[in-house]
Amino acid sequence: MRKRKSAIALTLVAALAVAACGDDDNESGNTSGPAETSAPTDSSAAPETTGGGESGGTLVFGTSSDPVVLDGAYVSDGESLRVIDQIFETLVTTEPGGTEIVPALAESWTASDDGLEWTFNLRQGVTFHDDSAFNADAVCFNFDRWYNFTGVAQSAAVSYYWSTVFGGFSDGATPSLYGGCEAADENTAVITLTAPSAAFLSGLAVSAFVIASPDALTTYEADKVGGTDDAPTFDGTFGFEHPIGTGPFKFESWAPGDKLTIVRYDGYWGDKAILDKVIFKPIADGPARRTALETGEIQGYDLVDPADAAALAAAGFEVLHRPAFNVGYVGFNQAKPPLDNIKIRQAIAYALNREALVSAKYPEGAQVATQFQPPELFGWSADVPQYDYDPDMARQLIAESGVTDLTLEFYYPSDVSRPYMPDPTANFEAFKADLEAVGFTIVPKTAPWRSGYLDDVDAGNAQIYLLGWTGDFGDPDNFVGTFFRTPQVAWGFENQEIFDALTTARDTADTAERTALYEEANKLIMEFLPGVPYVHTQPALAFAANVTGYVPSPVSLESFATVSLG
Amino acid sequence: MATVQEHLQSLMGARAVESTGSSLGREAFRRLRANRIAVIGASIMLFFVVVAILAPWLAPHDPRVNTWFDQIRPASIPGPSGDHWFGLDESGRDELSRIIFGARSSLVIGIVSLAIGAVFGLLLGVLAGGLGGRIDALIMRVTDVLLAVPSLLLALSVAAVMGQSRTAVMVAVAVPNVPLFARLLRSSMLAERQKDYVSAAVSVGIPRRRLVLGHILPNSVGPMIVQGTLALATAVIDAAALSFLGLGSADPTVPEWGRMLANAQKYTNVAPHLAIFPGVVIMITALGFNLFGEALREALDPKLRR
Amino acid sequence: MFKFILRRLLLLIPILLGLSFLLFVWVRALPGGPATALLGERATPERIAEVNRLYGFDQPVLEQYLRYLSRIIRFDFGQSITLRRDVTEEMLRRFPATIELSAAAMVFAVGVGVPLGFVAAKRERTWVDNGAVIASLVGVSVPVFFLAQILKMVFAERLGWLPSIGRLEPVRELQAHTNFNLIDSLIEFDRGAFVDTVKHLLLPGLALGTIPLAIIARITRASVMEVLNEDYVRTARAKGMSRRVVNRRHVLRNALLPIVTVVGLQTGLLLSGAVLTERVFAWGGIGGLIGGAVLDKDYPVIQGGVMFIAVVFVLVNLVVDVLYAVIDPRIRVH
Repeated sequence: MRKRKSAIALTLVAALAVAACGDDDNESGNTSGPAETSAPTDSSAAPETTGGGESGGTLVFGTSSDPVVLDGAYVSDGESLRVIDQIFETLVTTEPGGTEIVPALAESWTASDDGLEWTFNLRQGVTFHDDSAFNADAVCFNFDRWYNFTGVAQSAAVSYYWSTVFGGFSDGATPSLYGGCEAADENTAVITLTAPSAAFLSGLAVSAFVIASPDALTTYEADKVGGTDDAPTFDGTFGFEHPIGTGPFKFESWAPGDKLTIVRYDGYWGDKAILDKVIFKPIADGPARRTALETGEIQGYDLVDPADAAALAAAGFEVLHRPAFNVGYVGFNQAKPPLDNIKIRQAIAYALNREALVSAKYPEGAQVATQFQPPELFGWSADVPQYDYDPDMARQLIAESGVTDLTLEFYYPSDVSRPYMPDPTANFEAFKADLEAVGFTIVPKTAPWRSGYLDDVDAGNAQIYLLGWTGDFGDPDNFVGTFFRTPQVAWGFENQEIFDALTTARDTADTAERTALYEEANKLIMEFLPGVPYVHTQPALAFAANVTGYVPSPVSLESFATVSLG
Repeated sequence: MATVQEHLQSLMGARAVESTGSSLGREAFRRLRANRIAVIGASIMLFFVVVAILAPWLAPHDPRVNTWFDQIRPASIPGPSGDHWFGLDESGRDELSRIIFGARSSLVIGIVSLAIGAVFGLLLGVLAGGLGGRIDALIMRVTDVLLAVPSLLLALSVAAVMGQSRTAVMVAVAVPNVPLFARLLRSSMLAERQKDYVSAAVSVGIPRRRLVLGHILPNSVGPMIVQGTLALATAVIDAAALSFLGLGSADPTVPEWGRMLANAQKYTNVAPHLAIFPGVVIMITALGFNLFGEALREALDPKLRR
Repeated sequence: MFKFILRRLLLLIPILLGLSFLLFVWVRALPGGPATALLGERATPERIAEVNRLYGFDQPVLEQYLRYLSRIIRFDFGQSITLRRDVTEEMLRRFPATIELSAAAMVFAVGVGVPLGFVAAKRERTWVDNGAVIASLVGVSVPVFFLAQILKMVFAERLGWLPSIGRLEPVRELQAHTNFNLIDSLIEFDRGAFVDTVKHLLLPGLALGTIPLAIIARITRASVMEVLNEDYVRTARAKGMSRRVVNRRHVLRNALLPIVTVVGLQTGLLLSGAVLTERVFAWGGIGGLIGGAVLDKDYPVIQGGVMFIAVVFVLVNLVVDVLYAVIDPRIRVH
């Protein structure tokens, strides 16, 4: 017994000793502090690298969850898009770090005079990862595939972006902007629209419109979608095992819960990726991601918590900020009284101490929002009505409103961190205190983000709710148009003046005119006060000190191809 | 953890049930008082209950009002100071007051879930032990099934169905107690039934119910109290675990230790005090119940000579 | 002996049946029915009808239960709502991770707990004994996720001795044969991977195993103490038998029973504690999957996970019962 105990103790000590000594054949250091690279082993990368840093190496990036599926047409969640953006490409894209439209798989394009025919001159010599050729047929195959979605694939949970940009599908149930696609010759694709659209081109930059290998799409049954509208299932293997695109990286393997690996594609048409490999490791717990960066187990992660940004920067890590392209707001459902009363809405706006919340809970670079789009986007107006913190004014307005029942059901999401709302609970608590201070009674309501909260808001169950939006492309219609151009259950109002103003602004061709129209619209909106926007943030990413070349984008369209280690 | 107590009970402590009530009770009490561990445990328990009850008078501030929100910055949350002995929490509230009122939440959760679990469990146990036969077998199968699922998972499943509320947590935490109390009472009753005084009473014609309620139940009280105190400890910890996973009351301003511990995980590098205080308090409270429960078990076991 | 095992195995069936029934009832116990569970409050009448049709919720209950049962027997739990994948596939893929972690924790708990309890029992009422009792009681009072966070903070963050997440370094490639990394690394003769696996197992194993350790130590102590005080032991000693022989032949054998039982029961604690520990250490096993599924109301995953774990738990206890019979022949008789 004594012997046994000492034997065990010895084993434990031995195990610890082994652990402390480390192993001799590991590739990347497991010590605390920034990680090192390994020497590049394959020769193909050597002569052609441009950009700074040595070629080669593996980068491990911590994500908050596994992607849902690697098929651009089916997803709208950030983690799926993150990986899709490395493997696939669209016809046009946004410039790195900005919102201007620049060529990608299409070298140039022209529109016919009536704005209905768009001719795309495709890049030549591009191949898919399975060595099939990229050409106009492939482009049209993809567009037609989306247009022909049926059943569950048409639901908002699946093909959200197609519906946003093009509207309906081939079944004609809803009118569609899409008229058709033709391969004029091998390298020219002509897309026909049913109506002229100013937002069409920037819409194409969205990752939903990535071009995938037609062979792979067919062979691996990418179109096999089952389940229900709200709980779709993807039954083909395309999006899980064979996502084949044209991007600088190609898919290698995916073990859900463990890691997803992509490797450099040496047949890429443009500047080859510098890294050999990128590994995406899902770590659900936010603080665990930070710890993993500090110990060197990962070399980067996204959505750095405000509490950590300063500390990480001070410790020598690279903290990068995305330019502000989002808005966090308190939404009102005016179908639920007393929110239909303008004075109550104004009272709430005056009661909320937005400054205090932003300075207490948001990192450097966050600013108080005055309207539903960020200042960087054209159409932002400096002349909107301001509702500076004034609890007395709030109480006065409440008195004037004549409303006696001041109970409000305030919804906030549990267990999620959004770029504009890193800590929804903290925001809720602050706002609750502000509202209670002027006389409202707040009933807290919460639900998990993915399974309940968004559904509740969209169904119109939520009276007051915390929500926000990150822009998909650089057009005000993507912000205020998405919210207020059409009646929506979540907002619960019908205001034809606003609907018309936004529709006109969207359909106008001239940019200067559009700017003026959107500025007017924003003024109208803030007078009507369908909600209270409160913050624009600059979401942060953190990297190990030796990681260079990552370019944060306001629309989160970021490539690892320019990243290098050391 | 509680399942072990139960099993140990049946293995070694079944004899503890062989009591005739009063003399062992007094003997147990004497042993308890002499046992330092029991005294420490009882003191902790008492302290916890007193703090929970007197919270409104003990707490220096309102735990739900974020009076000092302006002192909060993303990377700086004031720690313990002269004004705030436990510092501020992440929303600018007095941490000491929240810990004090948190005792109240924990006490309520513990007692309610214990009550729910014990009542249903005892009911099942009495039915099984008293009625015997097929009903006994059925109830035993039901408890077998419930015991086949580890207790936290059982609580999780219940909470998942019931949604996000404090009630859900209380019911969820209560459920694993049901089979335990059922088993406990049943084995107590079975042991008692074999005693002479029972067959004597039955032959004389005393109705079963009076026998059960008047004699058998009271004699089983000892192990039930032991189980109860241990269940309280588990309740506090399991409720904290459920909060850690995101379940629990919808209102984050209500102080509850488990929730406070879960929220503090984000701030361990800027404000470790937010995690340390609730964590330590949960530990100490659970420890108090465990110490006392263990000492009580040993005191009740006539086999263990001291 | 064989009959004994067979009989116990047969007893498993009603338990599993009962469990499946419970799980079946459980989802339908939701207010609004299972369709609402899947749809949330977004349920419109058309959507509810569609879900009912798709999943067969509009059929008579008995039919539903039979169909459900036939699927369960084939281990078909349907698709995960959030992961969009087959539940059983996911379970099988992630199960080894949880088993490996639980096994490591159990090795730690037994390997340290039993000797500790033994020593404490032999030194009854000395400071060693009292210390052990108090330490074990403290051990069961610590919430496992709190302990996990502290261990991580001290050993991974501050000291940097051990990794903080995952089962292997992300850059390391290990061919997955069984998905048990210890075994796979041995199959591949990959010493580096083996060492790396052990390194990653240490912190979560320690965190997970501490509570069972405390309990096992205490039970061992109580059990050994009881046996030591038995008359036959004192008789043997009085007869002059050496301490060691007495220990091995009498004390150990008889003290083993409760210890073995407790180990079996602790497996349940390990499997459920894994839910919390796996989240803290991003372990990628079933525990983490279930933890996430609870909030997301991913009922197929929760059903499948609970079933899997319950089956394992029951099987482990079956093994315990068999061991019982091996250790104590008297038990076989009935």
